[in-house]
Amino acid sequence: MTDLTRYQDPLRIQRVLNTARTIAVVGLSNNELRASYFVGYYLRRHGYRVIPVNPRAKEILGETSYPSLLDVPEKVDIVNVFRAPDALPGIAEEAVRIGAGSLWAQFGVINLDAARAAEDGGVPVVMDRCIKVEHARYVGRMHWLGFNTQRITSVRAGLQ
Amino acid sequence: MSEEEEQVTNDSPRAEPEHEFGFETRQLHAGQRPDPNTGARAVPIFQTTSYVFEDPESAAAYFNLQEYGNTYSRIMNPTVAVFEERVANLEGAAGAVAFASGIAAQAAALFTLLEPGDHVVSSSALYGGTVNQLKHLLRKMNVELTWVDPDDLDAWRGAVRPETKAFFAETIGNPAGNVLDIEPVAAIAHEHGVPLLVDNTFATPYLCRPIEWGADIVIHSATKFLGGHGTSIGGVVAEAGTFDWSNGRFPVVADPSPAYHGLQFHETFGMYGYLMKLRAETLRDLGGALSPFNAFLFLQGMETLSLRMERHVTNARRVAEFLQGHELASKVSYPGLPSSRYRPLVDKYLPGGPGAVFSFDVAGGRAGGQALIRGVNLWSHLANVGDAKSLIIHPASTTHRQLGDEELAAAGVGPGTVRLSVGTESVDDLLWDLERGFANVAATLEKESAPA
Ligand SMILES: Cc1ncc(COP(=O)(O)O)c(C=O)c1O
Repeated sequence: MTDLTRYQDPLRIQRVLNTARTIAVVGLSNNELRASYFVGYYLRRHGYRVIPVNPRAKEILGETSYPSLLDVPEKVDIVNVFRAPDALPGIAEEAVRIGAGSLWAQFGVINLDAARAAEDGGVPVVMDRCIKVEHARYVGRMHWLGFNTQRITSVRAGLQ
Repeated sequence: MSEEEEQVTNDSPRAEPEHEFGFETRQLHAGQRPDPNTGARAVPIFQTTSYVFEDPESAAAYFNLQEYGNTYSRIMNPTVAVFEERVANLEGAAGAVAFASGIAAQAAALFTLLEPGDHVVSSSALYGGTVNQLKHLLRKMNVELTWVDPDDLDAWRGAVRPETKAFFAETIGNPAGNVLDIEPVAAIAHEHGVPLLVDNTFATPYLCRPIEWGADIVIHSATKFLGGHGTSIGGVVAEAGTFDWSNGRFPVVADPSPAYHGLQFHETFGMYGYLMKLRAETLRDLGGALSPFNAFLFLQGMETLSLRMERHVTNARRVAEFLQGHELASKVSYPGLPSSRYRPLVDKYLPGGPGAVFSFDVAGGRAGGQALIRGVNLWSHLANVGDAKSLIIHPASTTHRQLGDEELAAAGVGPGTVRLSVGTESVDDLLWDLERGFANVAATLEKESAPA
């Protein structure tokens, strides 16, 4: 089994989620029933600026969709990837080139070479994790539907 | 403080580092955090039917399942959710959905993955109510059923058909004490792309976590040991989140759902797909929701689960040994006894002890069993198990009454069989009371054999 621990560290996940504002979603679908659309919609509801990166669409979730990361005209805090694992090296390279804050590959989007290249270029990586689930786990309301958040805390936190 | 930790704590919520919490910590804390509104440390009872939406867009997002949100307490409730997450956490599951009873939980777990024409393979050594449920409910759903001896691995394998959609069994069979060999049964199920459903009521997650051995879905009658107080009826379904519902055998979970505007539950929600469907469709449509007050009571019980189970097991072992040495008792089914044929399975799956429910045969058959029950004062004569109080019942005349002789035998029940659920009282008092019961058995048998 590949060891992904480094890319699934809860402290890294919390830092990435708590410090980001702008999330470019690579492979965001225009189909409302696809997982990527659920995630993009959710992130926007929770105050992130979501930038679609999908060459086959002009506009998704009411935002201009760009053909590639290199075309995004603003600073990107998280590059969130909904593509096949073999697309990850190219996306990692672009993430480094645009100086992205972090690279976040969704469930099953696993490519260790790409992760290493991103980190060598100064872009921390989260891999094989769903950004919606992690947000809902630490900040959101995942516990309202009986999911196992694995969290144990006696700290009184803010309202959701 | 690590570099990551330092960066988080500057201007954001307190960071939560990775840590493996122990069972006793999780039985108190999992699923619950201090109420963000009030700071209440105890779990608040959200006794409400419904929830005010912030605005129309939020309401739509909740109903579309695009956002985790409360809509209506038939489908979710914040108090019930604490109970669900606590069970999921203790079982090592991805999540859980609670129901109004254990039977409702079983029906919902199966209903979610079955369609007319399907087939289920089930252990025959089950709680009588479950035998009835599988036999009649599945027939009405046009689902076929094959009973197998749970100890016979070839029987499980041989029963699989192309339409088979589930294996069903109990960790510790009720009331004969069969211990399920979970690992190979799960392996056989998975060879055929079928999930294994395990009723873990008698073991509780403190004594056995079936998911660790390959089970896919774990069901509880919370009515029993999870609550432990005998005040509330309830049930829960926990799912591991690892079964591949898109393996081609489960279009009912994987294909676009006509009951949810074409949503593909497994593709969209991944490891949470089955659980989402269980809640958003099955619970919504069958409606057997757990009440927030009962969830609260179960949570009070679960805080002491490990402490009670240790005590239940110690007392059960003493009572079983006492019965094994008693001339008016035979066939003591407690799998924790050194003589039990399930001993190797107990060592593997239930190292903390095989629970506290078992049966034995009283001399004199039906009359003997009834005489024992008439002769005790402290043991409660009732149809339940898993209470902190000790319970006793004669299955042939009560819980298993609807079963024919063959089904009775398959479930390990004879005419003189008595089932015990050993509680947490002072064990000497339990033995003293049973001794008084046996005195009554002896007197009855003497009377019967005396020449008229
Ligand atoms: C092993 C087992 N499973 C399921 C059930 C059904 O649970 P409930 O009575 O909560 O519906 C029972 C109840 O006796 C049981 O003993």
